[in-house]
Amino acid sequence: MGSRASTLLREEEIEEIKKETGFSHSQITRLYSRFTSLDKGENGTLREDQVNFRGFMRTLAHFRPVEDNEKNKNPPTTEPLNSRTNKLLFAFRLYDLDRDDKISRDELLQVLRMMVGVNISDEQLGSIADRTIQEADQNGDNCISFQEFMKVLEKVDVEQKMSIRFLH
Amino acid sequence: MLLLLLPAAAPADLCGTGSPGLGSSPPVLLLPQPGPEEFGAPGVASARSAAEEAAGPGEAEEDGAEHHHHHGGGFRVVQWEWNYVQTPYIIAIWLLVASVAKILFHFSQRFTTVVPESCMLILLGLVLGGIVLIANKKQLYQLDPALFFLFLLPTIVGDAGYFMPARLFFDNLGAILTYAVVGTLWNAFCTGFCLYAAKLLGIIGHHVQADLMDFLLFGALISAVDPVAVLAVFEEVHVNETLFIIVFGESLLNDAVTVVLYKVYISFVEVGGANVLTADYFKGVASFLIVSIGGTLVGLVFAVILGFVTRFTKKVRIIEPLFVFLLVYLAYLTAELFSLSAILSMTFCGIGANKYVEANISQKSRTTIKYTMKNLASIAETIIFIFLGISAVDKSKWAWDTGLVSCTLVFIFVFRAMGVVGQTWVLNRFRLVPLDKIDQVVMSYGGLRGAVAFALVVLLDGEQVKAKDYFVATTIVVVFFTVMFQGLTIKPLVKWLKVPRATNRKPTINEEIHERAFDHILTAVEDIAGLQGYHHWRDKWEQFDRNYLSKLLLRKSVYRKSELWEAYQKINIRDAISVIDQVGPSKKSIYLSIYISKKNFHLTLFATVLLVCSRRENGSGVCLDLQVIDNVPGSKVVEDMETHHVLAGNLYKPRKRSHYSRHFMPLGEKERQDREVFQRNMRIRMETYKSSRHKRHKKERSMKKVRQIHMSVVTKKNFQAALDVCQSPSAAPSSPPTEDSHLPWKGGVGLPPPCVSVEATKIIPVDLQQAWNQSISSLESVSSPPASTEPVHPRVSALSRLGGPRPASYTAPSTTVSSTTSIGAPAPQSSFCFPEKKKKKMQEEEEEEEEPGASQEMQPLMLPVRPPGLLPPPSPPLPPPGPGRRRNPCVYLRSLVAAPPPASGDLHSRRPTQL
Repeated sequence: MGSRASTLLREEEIEEIKKETGFSHSQITRLYSRFTSLDKGENGTLREDQVNFRGFMRTLAHFRPVEDNEKNKNPPTTEPLNSRTNKLLFAFRLYDLDRDDKISRDELLQVLRMMVGVNISDEQLGSIADRTIQEADQNGDNCISFQEFMKVLEKVDVEQKMSIRFLH
Repeated sequence: MLLLLLPAAAPADLCGTGSPGLGSSPPVLLLPQPGPEEFGAPGVASARSAAEEAAGPGEAEEDGAEHHHHHGGGFRVVQWEWNYVQTPYIIAIWLLVASVAKILFHFSQRFTTVVPESCMLILLGLVLGGIVLIANKKQLYQLDPALFFLFLLPTIVGDAGYFMPARLFFDNLGAILTYAVVGTLWNAFCTGFCLYAAKLLGIIGHHVQADLMDFLLFGALISAVDPVAVLAVFEEVHVNETLFIIVFGESLLNDAVTVVLYKVYISFVEVGGANVLTADYFKGVASFLIVSIGGTLVGLVFAVILGFVTRFTKKVRIIEPLFVFLLVYLAYLTAELFSLSAILSMTFCGIGANKYVEANISQKSRTTIKYTMKNLASIAETIIFIFLGISAVDKSKWAWDTGLVSCTLVFIFVFRAMGVVGQTWVLNRFRLVPLDKIDQVVMSYGGLRGAVAFALVVLLDGEQVKAKDYFVATTIVVVFFTVMFQGLTIKPLVKWLKVPRATNRKPTINEEIHERAFDHILTAVEDIAGLQGYHHWRDKWEQFDRNYLSKLLLRKSVYRKSELWEAYQKINIRDAISVIDQVGPSKKSIYLSIYISKKNFHLTLFATVLLVCSRRENGSGVCLDLQVIDNVPGSKVVEDMETHHVLAGNLYKPRKRSHYSRHFMPLGEKERQDREVFQRNMRIRMETYKSSRHKRHKKERSMKKVRQIHMSVVTKKNFQAALDVCQSPSAAPSSPPTEDSHLPWKGGVGLPPPCVSVEATKIIPVDLQQAWNQSISSLESVSSPPASTEPVHPRVSALSRLGGPRPASYTAPSTTVSSTTSIGAPAPQSSFCFPEKKKKKMQEEEEEEEEPGASQEMQPLMLPVRPPGLLPPPSPPLPPPGPGRRRNPCVYLRSLVAAPPPASGDLHSRRPTQL
């Protein structure tokens, strides 16, 4: 899309995004203006990862709240991006730094360190990480797989806690 | 018995009502300026009691008989000083009656699950009121508004505010505020106008002399949902948290609206409806803003003061709870003083201060505050409901008008439902999680009216409001109907509608971590999407809190701690306690079987369990079965490893040294025991450490020369490693069978060598270490960083057996283990000197925890007990604690187990940053 994307969004593109992400038309246009303001290079992508607007919207769609009418609707052919599993998968990938579909102790430690700041010593953090992994780990590989990740969070209202309200 | 007590209590009516508050909120005694009611009441009471005795002495037969004994002069051996003790006596009797009543209610489990306690208390009040009425021909007791607002209400609101789940409250603040302000206004106006319309239509009788202003006033006071009633009913229903916080938060925050409306209407009624100017309405609005915002600000100011004061109570832990009660209560009184919303003030004081206060004060103070607050609130609630019942039985008050009563009942219910549905419809457009129909039904049905309405209506001036008696009667009916009928039926309703219930589940460490991560993610996503939503502001607030508020209000030592670490410790302690509870703490000796198979983390508990055992069991005969069931892939043999009476000898009763101080809590015997056990274990750990060091050096030197290692310098790391008591049970398997007979728990039976999984050894030592460490730190409330992770060396020998053939000499070091672990063997052949660094640290700890003499107690045990014959060789140079040094044991462990060097590399990477 290149230069075209930086100027205006085509209608058919909006329709596609709408179908894929479930955002409303006005939400898409609003987020598009946000996207262009973030897009400093004005080449239709965001800096490092070359995220285009589609990818941008796809990412944000993970955080759309699950609406009632979607719950009751017949399950669509593909799982919506804002389903519980996808929300969890998003969070899981943030932990899984080396993308091997497992959270190792090392990865967990790094994420924890980012989260808690400097008020905690390495030993403390290490023991927290150990316990976290042991609690979640079921097959004894000292890593948390996505299945295990889903399992430990099964009692958490992920639909609510991984959603934000996008303006209409 | 209750009935007998009642006549005795009867003579002092107002006093009875006035005094429970006195009893239930001790801080008031310290107030410089108690309300006039407080001191006025006894006077009135005694006057009235005199009148009673003159009028009908028959009412209190037993008392009366003794009363008149001492009318002669001269010296009496036994004196009857009723007047002297009257007031406190009656308070005490009332509290006793109420408390015994509670006990009686809870006798029948089946009954209490169906009938809420509040209903029962009101019924009891009705019965008691009836008895008083029959005895006196006149009702002496009623819920005194001054007593209610000054003493009873604050205890309940204080409890509610202080223990309010802050995150949940602020998550739903928008909804709560809407329901509290808009909903209450809507209810008040609609009820008032419609009652007036009903009056015009003739549904309400002509003898009710009231005009529009009177009805609006009545509507204002009857429309507010009552926190006391809501708490009493909803606490038993256990609806989900969101629903509860919305209804309860509304009932607290609508106070400002109620107060303002009430005052505005009172002034309007006084000047007369015709004389009200337009400006007065604006004044009303301004008054609302001032009352609500001012009340909140007063509360927050007191919250800051409270947090700040508790920063400096390190040396006077004993009065920490007092500060909390005093300042929270002062927040309430100060708001009353400026006629601001006192409930708002108190609620926000509690919510605001909770986080900082709880972090600053000691565990004991925390428990004290919790139980005292709950206790007071429970008493106050009991008294309120009993007196509501008693107040109802009063002929003089009953001015019944069927039209008014039924109209009011219908209107408040209908308008509540309409208000809820309308507001929810609007709110759901903005809410992340919409409130569905079932929620709305429960919210409508949960609009309970209670004692606040009653107290307000009693406060009305009969001169100004002609229809006061009708209003009082109607209010009583409304309160009874909502509390009793709705209170009774809400439980089945909730069940029938399948409202999601609250789960009383504590979060696991995974949930703690991941939910924090979710918050961070959402903040980031909001930022990316360019939204300034809830998470954005929450993050801003947290930054502000961290940078300024926490710095100001938290102790330095606390400020350095991490919330996540606190949560982690809490979870571990909780797990340990639950393990103990499952076993049954009543037994004299506990046999714990801890199966460590796949779930290695049970071992994390183990150390904490030991601690709790020793705490609870007073150290008498705690026996532990540690069964390690191992299923290593490849290892066919699954061996049970039993360790008996490991601590039986360790946990003994030390000499008692009792000292009494009013200002400091003496250390409990248990704690002293814990400390002594802790010291012993340290010593034992020292020994094993020594032996393992010894092993390590064996390869380098000739083994036979090195029998002992004298550790004159103990690094911090070693000391910490010494904390590992759990090492001693796990040390057992490491001892070869030939040495086992020396071990007290082996009883001379040589066990086959157990198998220990590689996984287990990788994890267990670290876990034990950490767990024990933090259990110790919880015991001592040490705010120090945890132990460095160091593997427990006796494992090594067990592992080594797994790993492959060993030289026979390899087992030799365990001699030291066995000889020193045998309890009561007097001569551990090592000396222990506190390194300077450690000493300093311990002193810090003591300063923090006001346990003077701890180090003094500790040191004698640590002093070198060196048998002259066994002079150890000079200690090998102990490198200073450092990353490289600490890693060594791990490397060594791994090399023993698996030999290939990459494994050690793995370990390196597992501890990326060491101190």
